[in-house]
Amino acid sequence: MRVETRRRWAITGLTGPAYLWLTVTIFLPLSAMLYFSFQMKGPFGKHTSEFTLKHYDAFFTKDYLQALTWRSLEMGFHTTALCLIIGFPAAYILAKRIKGRWREALFLLVVLPFWSNALVRIFSWTIVLRPDGFLDRAVHLVLPGVPPIDLTDSYAAIIIGLTHSYLPYMILTCYLSLQAIDDSLIEAARSMGARAHTIFWRIILPLSIPGLAAGTVLIFVPVIGSFFEPKLLGGTQGAMIGTVIEEQFTVVSNWPLGGALSFILLAIILLILGVSSPFLRQHMKSS
Amino acid sequence: MNTHRFMCRIGDGFGKFFLFLVLFFLYVPIVVLALMSFNESMHYQLPFEFSTRWYVDLASNERLLTASFNSVMLALVNTVIATILGTMAAFAFARYRFRGRTILQLLLFPPITIPWLIIGVSMLVLFFWTGIGRGLHAMLLGHVALSLPYVIIVVGARLASFGPELEEAAASLGATPLQSFMRVSVPVMLPGMVAAGLFAFAVSFDQFVISYFLAAPGISVLPVEIFSAIRKGFTPEVNAISTIMIVVSMSVFLIFARLSKFGGER
Repeated sequence: MRVETRRRWAITGLTGPAYLWLTVTIFLPLSAMLYFSFQMKGPFGKHTSEFTLKHYDAFFTKDYLQALTWRSLEMGFHTTALCLIIGFPAAYILAKRIKGRWREALFLLVVLPFWSNALVRIFSWTIVLRPDGFLDRAVHLVLPGVPPIDLTDSYAAIIIGLTHSYLPYMILTCYLSLQAIDDSLIEAARSMGARAHTIFWRIILPLSIPGLAAGTVLIFVPVIGSFFEPKLLGGTQGAMIGTVIEEQFTVVSNWPLGGALSFILLAIILLILGVSSPFLRQHMKSS
Repeated sequence: MNTHRFMCRIGDGFGKFFLFLVLFFLYVPIVVLALMSFNESMHYQLPFEFSTRWYVDLASNERLLTASFNSVMLALVNTVIATILGTMAAFAFARYRFRGRTILQLLLFPPITIPWLIIGVSMLVLFFWTGIGRGLHAMLLGHVALSLPYVIIVVGARLASFGPELEEAAASLGATPLQSFMRVSVPVMLPGMVAAGLFAFAVSFDQFVISYFLAAPGISVLPVEIFSAIRKGFTPEVNAISTIMIVVSMSVFLIFARLSKFGGER
């Protein structure tokens, strides 16, 4: 009995501090925001509780909020698709075509940019894409006749910046899946006469679906909740649901509406995670 | 000549070229940013003219220097707290089977998967409401919360590769649980703790979103200052401080990679 009590104390003592911290900084704040999203007013001055559904109702009655949510989803879709198109082949070449120390070095080079401040990387794109900037100059060096390229404050700039920010995720998850594919499996298929495209569609692609799914979720979820990337690269074109939420807290001080929109966004994210969880579980198992 | 081999060669060459293009895309903005911090022109005019003037200016920019100091201090304190609390929890998960263990582990996912925007604004709501307020202490609360799950995962991975045999041996030789923890478990976990600590440092040092919502007027950290500088109209000074930031976090990562044998040598 004494052993059991001591064991219990040890477990509580070891996990308690970390989880108390997480409670105060993650779970209580979310609960507080949920509470205020059903209140008439935010926690300013003398707060008197007054229940309302109007902030959730606003989402369904105000067309621009739905339009901006849709735009955020579109932005997530475009970014994820670009990351897939660029990231999967890159991961394949890295995992299956390059060997030894070169592979380690190149792999490190791919994930390294991830470890620089996300804001700074977005800032650097504003310098690359500005009129008479690096891109403009480089294009005119090759094709002197084309009209000046100015991507400042454009949707294209947002997508370029976000793709740059999240591409390493896709390469990383696909790389892990592809590396796990036994080369002898591919050899066996080839020796039995399978053509390259058969090998790709019947072996490589099915076996890398967990990695593709994990990368897709890891990119899509944060992108639809992004706000400073569209703000800095999109300018007037940068209105998204993320920027609307941010402005409820920093500019217009309508915290309850910001809270309600946050939870609607969270619900959309949970829906996406729910749909993709079978794939993700497979990924957990395989890695 | 085997046609298959030949086709493969062409494919390989094309593949390597593609990979080169991807790396080019990943590094171009970073290199341009750094180059412009050494360019004389205030408006990023080309041709390039080497100058260290923006770094000299930086040395007398009180705002950015204070923010840098705050960033480093915050990251260091965050590292110490997150590493200690996270290691304790990771140890409990690795060495004890108990009811609620799976739920506690699942609770590590919300801080990782919920967009920082939502976590940030909800912290603002609670901290403002309860009087905790904004400022460096509020940022510390937030940064540790974001670092904890990563620390628990990294240290947990280290512990998974060591069974409890060493601790059992210590116990059978008469060590108290505390003695066995400090003299046996901690040395075993140390490489994982160092890696996790570096990770926690980077999480805090590069964190912008949470800090943005929790910064108080006049009390801020580097990324928040950079953001307001970009919005107000920036000079290459911002490039200079950004370049320094990138060098710091990339070096931290390279040390982390070396310590945790990330990406190879297994």
